Amino acid sequence: MTTTTPPREVQAASPGNGAGALTGLRVFTGRSLKHSFRDTESLLMAILLPVMLMLIFVFIFGESIAAGQGGDRSDYLAYVLPAVALTAAGFGASYTAVVVSNDMTTGFMNRLRTMPFPAVTVLLGHTAASMVRNLLATGVVLAIAFGLGFRTEVGIAEFAGAVGLIALWILVITVVFAVLGMVAGSAEAASGYGFVLLFLPYVSSGFAPVETMPGWLQGFAGHQPMTPIIDASRVLLSGGNPGDEWWIGLLWCGGFIAVAVWLAAVLFPRKIAR
Amino acid sequence: MAYTDPAYTDTPLLRIRGLSKSYGRHRVLTDLDLTLPPGVHALLGPNGSGKTTLVNILSTLLPYDSGEVRVLGLDPRRDRKTLQGLISLTGQYAAVDEKLSGTENMLMMGQLFGLSRRDAQRRADDLLERFELSTAAHARVATYSGGMRRKLDIAAGLIAHPQLIFLDEPTTGLDTRSRQALWDEITALADSGASVFLTTQYLEEADALAERIVVLHEGNIVADGTAAQLKGRIGGSTIQLHDDAGHILEEIPTRGSAIDVARHLDTVARTRPDVDVTVRRPTLDEVFLELTGEQAGAPDQKDADREEVAA
Repeated sequence: MTTTTPPREVQAASPGNGAGALTGLRVFTGRSLKHSFRDTESLLMAILLPVMLMLIFVFIFGESIAAGQGGDRSDYLAYVLPAVALTAAGFGASYTAVVVSNDMTTGFMNRLRTMPFPAVTVLLGHTAASMVRNLLATGVVLAIAFGLGFRTEVGIAEFAGAVGLIALWILVITVVFAVLGMVAGSAEAASGYGFVLLFLPYVSSGFAPVETMPGWLQGFAGHQPMTPIIDASRVLLSGGNPGDEWWIGLLWCGGFIAVAVWLAAVLFPRKIAR
Repeated sequence: MAYTDPAYTDTPLLRIRGLSKSYGRHRVLTDLDLTLPPGVHALLGPNGSGKTTLVNILSTLLPYDSGEVRVLGLDPRRDRKTLQGLISLTGQYAAVDEKLSGTENMLMMGQLFGLSRRDAQRRADDLLERFELSTAAHARVATYSGGMRRKLDIAAGLIAHPQLIFLDEPTTGLDTRSRQALWDEITALADSGASVFLTTQYLEEADALAERIVVLHEGNIVADGTAAQLKGRIGGSTIQLHDDAGHILEEIPTRGSAIDVARHLDTVARTRPDVDVTVRRPTLDEVFLELTGEQAGAPDQKDADREEVAA
């Protein structure tokens, strides 16, 4: 280099003022996305899982489940689509618990907490990255569905409504897993706690009609939060009117997010790695 | 307090009065009093003595129960954000992101401290060079050795020119060579005008680096002074008698004055004219054992132990 040499010590424009929430969010979203795309195994899983789920349900269970309802494999494809998207997103979001737990149990968070910016943005960064990852996975699910012959004639508003509901549920599981990651003592424990949640979609109207389940299960399956969300997105994609399911789903999501945010606000300042 | 230092300004580095902290019913720090001028100081104590808790309180990480705490004249609770812009903490557990490169770690910290991307980049390049990490700057931290990680960890804490750097057991787990290299860096930091407050279990480390050594034992300050003052506390030099193989045959305590040492040596010269002799100053290890042993054995003496070692 023959140009002018810069001064050796660079003073910050306003030393020690610290970053604002927006800079924090930008920096940490970038960081979490780098993590996601550098972790090749996890990324591969995030794409392969929805593919496998879709193929298994459509080609292995599809015909026999649909037969009971007087339909065929392509009917079942349209039926199972929202549930596959949500199940895949559940797996994808469970990764949030692991990364949050990693940050909480190492010295990283402690240093951030001694710095002049809102440290909670690290959680928002993980949340934003999870949304990006899982919406990509949802895109993969839709692409496969179209590849397997799924067609929909609905307008952009209905389509956006269906995808929007799925996105909202992705946000719900992401924040739930973020809180689990905060509570768990280790990354392993964090992913362990989340395991149970990943079976939730099977006990809903997602893969088989609730009416075909035994009576004692119908109460739970019919009223758990995923059922109205899945029903509403399915109806929206088929061009029907989702009716009450739409706002019941919204209420569930709103409730979960409110509770998770409240828990995070209470827990975050208390959790200090020692 | 008799301690004076040319760098001492109107605002002490630390001023602590009656600081107490408990976790539930477990009392971790008991009624601490401490005032330190700017400089490099060590908090010395065994595991569980409360070192990390004290550092976490001073670095705004933990609230304290009672007492008065001023760091650079600021209250870590009330003036939290202002203080955070002036300090940095490098804790016991590495605070670097393994999946990012050295440069990416530095840039992230720089931007969070409020530096522009350009300033952060320039400062990162500077620090990575100074800590001899330039060649590994673009490799992921996961590939770094323990010593490199610790260096990056400390470098990341320096990105916004902190006035006070907290280092919690900076050399624990490092090999001798890396430790020496870090000591050199800490000394260089002090020369550049920053103050350092480090915790350590190693007496040798406190001896090598610190102007003042504060000994913490079970949440109490049992001694506070320069290394020489602490050593002076347990009396004078010891005369050691060795055989040809270097084994210690006998240790004779002295009061440390020339006349007393000469008197003892005279006796040795008359009775065992051929024995090998060395005169040894007490080590901090002995001081430490003495201080903490007393504390553990006779809790009633707590108040006597707490009196400041002043020249």
